[in-house]
Amino acid sequence: MTLLTGRLPIGWLQLAHSRTRLTAALAGVAFANILVFVQLGILGSLNDSTIAPYGLFEADIMISSVDANTLLDGSNVARVRLFQALAVPGVSDAAPLYIQNVEWSRPDGGTSTLQTVGLEPEAAAFIPSRLADVIPQLILPNTILLDSGTRGLAREALEGVTPSTPYRLELSGQTISAIGTVRIGGGFTADGSIYASDQTFLNLFQNRSSAAPNHILVNVDEGLDPDVVVARLQEALPTDVVKIGTKDDTAAADLAYQTTERPTGIIFGFGVIIGIIVGIVIVYQVLSTDVADHLREYATFKAMGYAQRFFLGIVLEEAVILAVLGFIPGVLISWGLYTGMAAATGLPLEMGIGRALSVLVGTILACVLSGVIATRRLAAADPADLF
Amino acid sequence: MARDMSQPTDVAIAVNGLDHHFGTGEARKQAIFDVNLQVERGKLTILMGPSGSGKTTVLTLMGCLREVEEGSVNLLGTELNGATEAQLVGLRRRLGFIFQAHNLHESLTATQNVLMGLQVHGPGDQRKQIAAAHHMLALVGLEDRLDYLPGSLSGGQKQRVAVARALVSNPDVIFADEPTAALDKDSGRTVVEMLKALGQERGTTTVMVTHDNRILELADRIVTLEEGRLVRDEFPRRQTLTSAAVKET
Ligand SMILES: Nc1ncnc2c1ncn2[C@@H]1O[C@H](COP(=O)(O)OP(=O)(O)O)[C@@H](O)[C@H]1O
Ligand SMILES: [Mg+2]
Repeated sequence: MTLLTGRLPIGWLQLAHSRTRLTAALAGVAFANILVFVQLGILGSLNDSTIAPYGLFEADIMISSVDANTLLDGSNVARVRLFQALAVPGVSDAAPLYIQNVEWSRPDGGTSTLQTVGLEPEAAAFIPSRLADVIPQLILPNTILLDSGTRGLAREALEGVTPSTPYRLELSGQTISAIGTVRIGGGFTADGSIYASDQTFLNLFQNRSSAAPNHILVNVDEGLDPDVVVARLQEALPTDVVKIGTKDDTAAADLAYQTTERPTGIIFGFGVIIGIIVGIVIVYQVLSTDVADHLREYATFKAMGYAQRFFLGIVLEEAVILAVLGFIPGVLISWGLYTGMAAATGLPLEMGIGRALSVLVGTILACVLSGVIATRRLAAADPADLF
Repeated sequence: MARDMSQPTDVAIAVNGLDHHFGTGEARKQAIFDVNLQVERGKLTILMGPSGSGKTTVLTLMGCLREVEEGSVNLLGTELNGATEAQLVGLRRRLGFIFQAHNLHESLTATQNVLMGLQVHGPGDQRKQIAAAHHMLALVGLEDRLDYLPGSLSGGQKQRVAVARALVSNPDVIFADEPTAALDKDSGRTVVEMLKALGQERGTTTVMVTHDNRILELADRIVTLEEGRLVRDEFPRRQTLTSAAVKET
């Protein structure tokens, strides 16, 4: 190491010299990391659980009621819009999508809210390929796919479920057969999901009618830009009643609404900001304490003729070492917390590489910046005043 | 520079009309009053005076550790009043400092501390630098403590490491501020004798603050401060030399 840098690795020697001080500094950095990870995890789980239901169907474009902010909350869309859409050049296919929550009184006495998605089994173009094999079987009345990640549902309950050995459950006073599973998991508005045919859906929700689905899914001719068709649909349909957007745009708008306009999302966003601020304060405290602890030694070096960038070098060396070494326990403990929180809440909490890397890079930046600020004190002072 | 011309070449430090204040506003208080002093090259000059008389202040002003605000200090041909940070950094590299407290770096071994005195001049050849540090430590009698951390050295040993660190790069001027104050008699004596011997050998200019009477015998010149003013300037060696010469005749 000495030979590599051309000078003594003073930053490292300084850190290694006092184990208790190093441990305390690393604990501080790790704690800052955990704080940010937990807040990001909660916000991330809101994002993931918002987006997850969009994975239950395929579509290029969605037609929704103008008052719809999420998959569930808007008015219904008149089925006539489907036929109007089919008449627009470039539209290859269209299908109704039904969504509603149902309360399930579980055999163990608890209740789970299940978000039920109804889609015509024969609308193959709108069915995700991973479900293509099992969906046609949903033609049988009162058969569904049940979310294996449903909150409150014992993990092993759905093991070995097949069309011939279904899992039976009571919903809306009817006996329903789960003949297969999907994996969505609970979110902030529901505990799990159900995938059903339109007929089973309408049977479960007697107050709903095939004349008024929640959304209309639209596919465009191959090779055609969906945005072009969106524009045409906006011409052809009454935009005071329905809004039209690509599926990706609709999902993104849903996410933006959930995270910036709903109280939960705003609070979680604040949590992230507060977490980052507190994290930076902790890291700054760690670095500036370290500089203060070594002020006499730095003053001696300054008296010997070392220039400011030498001290910057030492502190940056320390900053990077602390950031990296503190990150390791930080990310491991956070990962454990994610696992525990996911098990306790059924929310999707995963330590993604992207998130881990951004927190690491953020930690290094915060440490380096804190180090630079902490050493400024040294620059202005006469060495004689530092002893 | 005109100032260089006017300054005799055997003068390492020329102090002219030096004042210094501490504090600001109402707390502002003058600590140094019109000090004039020319420190000769290659000599041991001792600063004496009661506690609080301004010895440390004068020493740190001459040694680029404190900004010169009023009056002039010319150190090795460079005016310190108004000097840039780069000039100060450059000058500090030509000085050796020994403080009352050893001020060694606690995380570095004796050898590494001495290396810091070399590496300030640039990275250089590691092996040669380590050899030079070991040689210097041997000169101060620490050849069997090369890889000790300061925490496991005695006070006298630590101060000897500090001497080695100050001398290892052959500085033009050594400043020592009560280097023996924290040491017992014997180790204090050893440290100063080493300083004196090594300095003389190398022709180093040494300015030392001390109260230690036994050290005064070694001085070429003794300057006394009182309440921030220079009150006495003696050349004891010349006198002893003269009186010795008188006795011989
Ligand atoms: N950093 C400082 N701030 C304010 N006053 C100081 C400071 N350093 C020294 N002084 C004052 O300046 C005077 C001279 O101090 P100093 O040079 O340390 O004396 P000595 O080294 O002779 O004991 C004293 O009155 C002391 O209180
Ligand atoms: Mg003093």
